Amino acid sequence: MSTFLGMPTTAPRGVGHLRGDESFPDAARKALGNEQLRRNLAHATTTIRGKSGAVIAELPDWQELRSAGSALKAATMARLPELLERLEENVTAAGGVVHWAADATEANRIVTGLVEATGHRRVIKVKSMATQEIGLNEALEAAGIAPVETDLAELIVQLGHDKPSHILVPAIHRNRTEIRDIFLREMPGVDPALTDDPATLAAAARRYLRETFLSTKVAVSGANFAVAETGTLAVLESEGNGRMCLTLPDTLITVMGIEKVVPTWRDLEVFLQLLPRASTGERMNPYTSMWTGVTPGDGPQEFHLVLLDNGRTAVLADEVGRQALHCIRCSACLNVCPVYERTGGHAYGSVYPGPIGAVLSPQLTGVADNASLPYASSLCGACFDACPVKIDIPSILVHLRNEAPHPRTERIAMAAAAYTMDHPALYARAQHAAKLSRHARRLPRPLNGWTASRDLPQPPPETFRDWWAGR
Amino acid sequence: MSSKDLILGRIRAALGDTAAPDVPRTYRRAGTQCADVERLVDRLVDYKAVVHRGSDVAGIVASLEPGRLVVPPGLDPAWLPPGMATVEDEHDADAVLTAATVAIAETGTIVLDGSPDQGRRVISLLPDLHICVVRPDQVVAAVPDAIARLDPRRPLTWISGPSATSDIELNRVEGVHGPRRLHVILTER
Repeated sequence: MSTFLGMPTTAPRGVGHLRGDESFPDAARKALGNEQLRRNLAHATTTIRGKSGAVIAELPDWQELRSAGSALKAATMARLPELLERLEENVTAAGGVVHWAADATEANRIVTGLVEATGHRRVIKVKSMATQEIGLNEALEAAGIAPVETDLAELIVQLGHDKPSHILVPAIHRNRTEIRDIFLREMPGVDPALTDDPATLAAAARRYLRETFLSTKVAVSGANFAVAETGTLAVLESEGNGRMCLTLPDTLITVMGIEKVVPTWRDLEVFLQLLPRASTGERMNPYTSMWTGVTPGDGPQEFHLVLLDNGRTAVLADEVGRQALHCIRCSACLNVCPVYERTGGHAYGSVYPGPIGAVLSPQLTGVADNASLPYASSLCGACFDACPVKIDIPSILVHLRNEAPHPRTERIAMAAAAYTMDHPALYARAQHAAKLSRHARRLPRPLNGWTASRDLPQPPPETFRDWWAGR
Repeated sequence: MSSKDLILGRIRAALGDTAAPDVPRTYRRAGTQCADVERLVDRLVDYKAVVHRGSDVAGIVASLEPGRLVVPPGLDPAWLPPGMATVEDEHDADAVLTAATVAIAETGTIVLDGSPDQGRRVISLLPDLHICVVRPDQVVAAVPDAIARLDPRRPLTWISGPSATSDIELNRVEGVHGPRRLHVILTER
């Protein structure tokens, strides 16, 4: 077999939003200087942790559901080729068309071509991480097609010429007053007396988008789940913008990562219990739409499903890291992460921020392109406890740290430390030397990287050996 | 080589001889709990739906003063208040009256499946008031019971309360694009 035939490949550079412009420590330092951001994030993540904890506590079998969800995902990955082919068969049999996209560039080309074929120049969009990941909006705009984000938070991001900072609530970094100001500045026809009452802001979005929903003929969505056994797609949402996009247009194009497939219809009974409680902290999200191909006389009469790789097969090739593909995009790990809560999502550089982003983004792009992200964690383990499908994020972080390129000075220092510890006399002398550094707070160059974000530990006034000898 | 072959080849190369684990289904499965109508009412009300109980559906509908009402073609005519006219086009409707397929007590969810008494998906989406009639035999205990009853080949809409968003400071606010008012009529039989 030649090497290009099926070698797992990372996501290409120059397209999409998986790589940041600067390293995590540099971006985080800037974010930490923004007090408003930290207040907004602390408020929002505290709220969601409380809500989520309460509804999870209502279920006596939460841990059993997590175990089932985790095993279902692992079983799905092991049978992925067969399940994807089954999904294609069943979607096709129900009147849909399935496309396969090896990377972001190909997915963007397929979707743009499908929209162009309809003759329409505007699409309405349901919030979708996959289309954010591949930079679909930019590709559509370059082809002269206007993408309109219809999820409230995505709309806030789009109107604010901003970037998403959270998987579930992309505008989590904005408080109500900032959102009002964006609407006043950017929303055509908005009431100039708009207040910052959340219900009023939601009503403004309803008025602004209603005509667009009714007049746009093409929609683009992501998918939370796709059932191989039946060809059924599922989108979970809250506002009704998803229902609008999935039922009003003539043409629906769904872009979905290959890892989103589930084997059977019954498997949804697990994920439909896990996802809402872990993500928005609701017993059930207000609206879930499920459709299988095309239903004559009801909803879009043309349905396209684009199955996206874009680095996922490279993740799958790593036996430790592949469980990052089990993610159901609930964002519980973001909401419990002490690092995310302080830096916000933009510091991660990728559309996938927080703990799951710190393991997913470097694997999708190759560790070299996101080398600082595996270090964007204190390894406290809160993400592992919160994950509804039990992804062991801390273990993957440690694994990726070993994969990441290490600076020469670090390798030399580690080799020197190993040699010293192997030689008792040298070790004793090193301990005495260390005492001389008692008043130091920072290491000198070239070792200052280590103390840039932590204090140098204080050596004790007396070593154990000295104490033992003088006993 | 097609992209399909390329991707499937990549997956096979990535997996090697990975074995699929068994799935432990030790959670509460379908048929293991009794459906509790009182719990359904509690959960519907908690998510800001209004619940009416009684078998005089037409009387309850009339009391809601629905305005211009759209109904699916197969709706039980006895549910319509005598003399109440309906509109043909959901774009012109203030309210919609439908039946349901399943209601889930534990989550306060009603599910529509596009049957003749529930209609096309759009009719329960555009009007600002959705009145939904649920029979006691349609109430199930939890999500697995609903999955067991539903036909995935039909277009399904799961509804839990009125349209809402958590996008502003992660607080739930009712009333965005879908119906801002959801009234559920629980009949006695």
